[in-house]
Amino acid sequence: MGTLQSLSDEPEYRELAEKTGFSFEQIGILHKRFKQLSHNENTLRRADLDTIPDLACNPIRTQIIEAFFDKRNFHQNGDGTVEEISFEEFLVVMSHFRPPALNMTEEQREKVRREKLRFLFNMHNTDNDGTITLEEYRHVVEELLSRSGALGKETAKGIADAAMLEVASISMGHMEPDEFYEGITFEHFLKILKDIEIETRMNIRFLNMDTTTLCNRDSSSIR
Amino acid sequence: MSVRVALHSRSFLERGLLLLVILIFLEGTVLTLGAASSPDISAQDNTGGHDHLDDHRGIAGSHVHPNYTKKAFPVLSLDYHHIQVPFEISLWVLLASLMKLGFHLIPQLSSIVPESCLLIVVGLLVGGLIKLAGEEVPPVLDSNLFFLCLLPPIILDAGYFLPIRPFMENIGTILMFAVVGTLWNAFFVGGLLYAVCQIEGTYLSQVELLPCLLFGSIISAVDPVAVLAVFEEIHINELLHILVFGESLLNDAVTVVLYHLFEEYSGAGEVTPMDVVLGVICFLIVSLGGIAVGAIYGILAAFTSRFTSHTRVIEPLFVFVYSYMAYLSAEMFHLSGIMALIACGAVMRPYVEANISHKSHTTVKYFLKMWSSVSETLIFIFLGVATVAGPHAWNWTFVSVTVILCLVSRVIGVVGLTFIINKFRIVKLTTKDQFIVAYGGLRGAIAFSLGYLLDKNLFPMRTMFLTAIITEIFFTVFVQGMTIKPLVDLLAVKKKQEAKRSINEEIHTQFLDHLLTGIEDICGHYGHHHWKDKLNRFNKKYIKKCLIAGERYKEPQLIAFYHKMEFKQAIELVESGGGVKLPSAVPSQVSMQNIQPKKLPPPVAERALPQFTKGREEEIRKILRSNLQKTRQRLRSYNRHTLVADPFEDGWNDFILKKQRLIELEKKVRLMSNYLTVPGATPDSPTMCRARLASDPNAFYNIKASSDGVPTIQVDLASPQSPDSVNMLNEFSKRGATGQGLGQREGADRDEDQGLMMKPAGKGEKGEEEGGNKNPGLMRCLSDPGPSNEDEEDEPFLP
Repeated sequence: MGTLQSLSDEPEYRELAEKTGFSFEQIGILHKRFKQLSHNENTLRRADLDTIPDLACNPIRTQIIEAFFDKRNFHQNGDGTVEEISFEEFLVVMSHFRPPALNMTEEQREKVRREKLRFLFNMHNTDNDGTITLEEYRHVVEELLSRSGALGKETAKGIADAAMLEVASISMGHMEPDEFYEGITFEHFLKILKDIEIETRMNIRFLNMDTTTLCNRDSSSIR
Repeated sequence: MSVRVALHSRSFLERGLLLLVILIFLEGTVLTLGAASSPDISAQDNTGGHDHLDDHRGIAGSHVHPNYTKKAFPVLSLDYHHIQVPFEISLWVLLASLMKLGFHLIPQLSSIVPESCLLIVVGLLVGGLIKLAGEEVPPVLDSNLFFLCLLPPIILDAGYFLPIRPFMENIGTILMFAVVGTLWNAFFVGGLLYAVCQIEGTYLSQVELLPCLLFGSIISAVDPVAVLAVFEEIHINELLHILVFGESLLNDAVTVVLYHLFEEYSGAGEVTPMDVVLGVICFLIVSLGGIAVGAIYGILAAFTSRFTSHTRVIEPLFVFVYSYMAYLSAEMFHLSGIMALIACGAVMRPYVEANISHKSHTTVKYFLKMWSSVSETLIFIFLGVATVAGPHAWNWTFVSVTVILCLVSRVIGVVGLTFIINKFRIVKLTTKDQFIVAYGGLRGAIAFSLGYLLDKNLFPMRTMFLTAIITEIFFTVFVQGMTIKPLVDLLAVKKKQEAKRSINEEIHTQFLDHLLTGIEDICGHYGHHHWKDKLNRFNKKYIKKCLIAGERYKEPQLIAFYHKMEFKQAIELVESGGGVKLPSAVPSQVSMQNIQPKKLPPPVAERALPQFTKGREEEIRKILRSNLQKTRQRLRSYNRHTLVADPFEDGWNDFILKKQRLIELEKKVRLMSNYLTVPGATPDSPTMCRARLASDPNAFYNIKASSDGVPTIQVDLASPQSPDSVNMLNEFSKRGATGQGLGQREGADRDEDQGLMMKPAGKGEKGEEEGGNKNPGLMRCLSDPGPSNEDEEDEPFLP
């Protein structure tokens, strides 16, 4: 691991640190990993991520891999998917899993929460129409239960339906019988998951440790 | 209105009568107990008893005593000694239970004063009465009795229902508080006490360092019983609850080691560094050994429960006996019995719950709650009695310094440790949290029993210690226990969230778990999500196969949760008389048809659209009723894994019948609440019924057909091979149907059911007025007025 001095020399790191909020050390470690995954190339492809052995047993790995190639997660107001991503985009996606800093105001915390939930929302909302329809939700639940074989499929439908109904009930209150609930919008999504305290749960500890230990050393790495 | 007033006055009278009965009983109890403990009377009874016995023998046999003088045949005789011990035990238990009853009749009192305080006061009264009666107060808080009989039920209850997920998430913090915090407390209090004792003028200079440290270690441990008793009433948020409670459980190992260490070496008078090292090793052995013993017994219990499908009635027994044996085995080796018990309960729970029948599960839950409740009550009452019993050696300096030092050390310890811990936590502990953790460090009967265990010869200042311990306990329980509730309100500490765990949250919790594991894998970092996932997979692959009977081990967590939720809601719906009073927090008026996509098979949709006049309804009803039986039979062949809806026609029948009932009930129900039963297009799971039930009844006329995606609920009460599911159904049907919305099956052949099928059917007039006309039999069967913490059951099997 290079010393702090050599890393901070690289201007791109500084820029990346500003953009994503990671510390130099964290960026260094992630860069190493990126190089390892992409076999020392500058871009990462889906196939590279597929080769990770541990990921094979994950029921939602397709969604996870897709999320890395989803332009909506690059914070550039883009749309659609790409075939390969650079390190910067890799870092931006990873930054969704950074824990909130120690002293945050309520608005900042809210912002972080929205950002993380937006990431989740994008993962579900595959056709990018702004809502999670029943079909998409069913797909999510099916994937989650994909390891259970045949019985999963039947139950998945039921579970997804029940969940959808719950969202509708909570968000819409009263609906006329001929009204149709299009799907879960981002606002509704926020509402139903507000009890989950996502900003404390959707974090990778590894990144957390480094932030705290580097807090005192390099104040410029903290946003 | 007048009814309510009448009820009030009646209940007031009842309360008064009950209190009177309790008081009289108390007197009788006290005198009996006091009398029984007196040696003279028991001797008299003894000889009296023997006389009678001899008389009997004399008459039966042909012996004739030489000095035998014939008395009248004893028609009625009193032989108290014969049944003395069980009788006394029962009297105490009865007293405890009546006290518990009594307190809840006076709501004002129980809201201000926590139950533990009241019970100690009762104990004081009883002890005082016994003393007044001139008898010797029995040594009720005998250490053997306490540690072997009174403590295990409480700990088992705590361990079995321990919320594993929050516990594991905060395990680092909990361990820090338990181990380091207790050590700090012990040494701080012990050391400073010694320093104070050395001061001239306190007449305490004969108290050595080691006894002081021993005293410090006894008094520094937070007591699980007291914490449970007080925290249960203040409904604090889960994090704080698990922090304080977890700490109180895990500090047992530290206390055990310190206690034995100092006790051993008080005689020698000094502790060498070698002893300290041995102490540390001992600590590791005590704690890890205790957990290991508990885990072994837990696995044994889980394995045994795999084979109990044919002897369901003794299933709960295995849970209790294995746990108790774990405790005793750990105590045998001087390992930490509390940790063994916790480990046993926590390890066996997921597997046992998957194996045992629903009734056994309820039995286990209720027995545990009952025993722990009685134990807790008894402990507090005995504390009061033991206080009166004495002997006491009051020393102003010692006692006051103890109390002050305990408070100070607790505060310093908590603040200091939190400072360190917050560096490693994602969710930091705020000052408010720290205050509650510090303030919630209550001492209790464990400290007293440990003090009681001290040898009089080795520790001549034992009585002074006991007095100080009792004062500390009283202080924490009374002062801190009474003021913590208003303080919680004042500081606006986050309270326990009453909202039920929704299925969306469950889905996303699972999703998050997998997502975070995936991201960790991509990062190449083996964080604790990675290990948790590995453990889960290992568990699923190997352990579950061994320990869970039948096919259930394959059931994924989400599905298990879904089933549980459905079942719960079905029961609630049935209980509440079918929708008059919905337990739902959300008055929703959305029904299934709102979320179904519009692209439906046209013939189905068309059928639904025409508006029906009443006459036409009757026609259709008649036609379809004839098909009802056939429909029912078809449905019954589904097994528990099928959550697919019926074909549209079947739903239509039920739908029509429901409507018929609705019209009748609508008038009555409309006055009562805003929630009305509106049938959906098809029978649904209770989740959807719940939402549907709130809908506007006018919506009926514009019913859109739902697609095939609407599931019906098929809930299995037990694994398919158990006959319990049938029994429960039979109970249901015998007691008649309940409520609209979901009701009973009234078909003839329900016996070959695989599970409880909730279909909107049955008779319907129930549950109308005031929600009151519920079938009492069914209510008794289903109602769950008992212990508060239902939420533990909502936890998935494995985190």
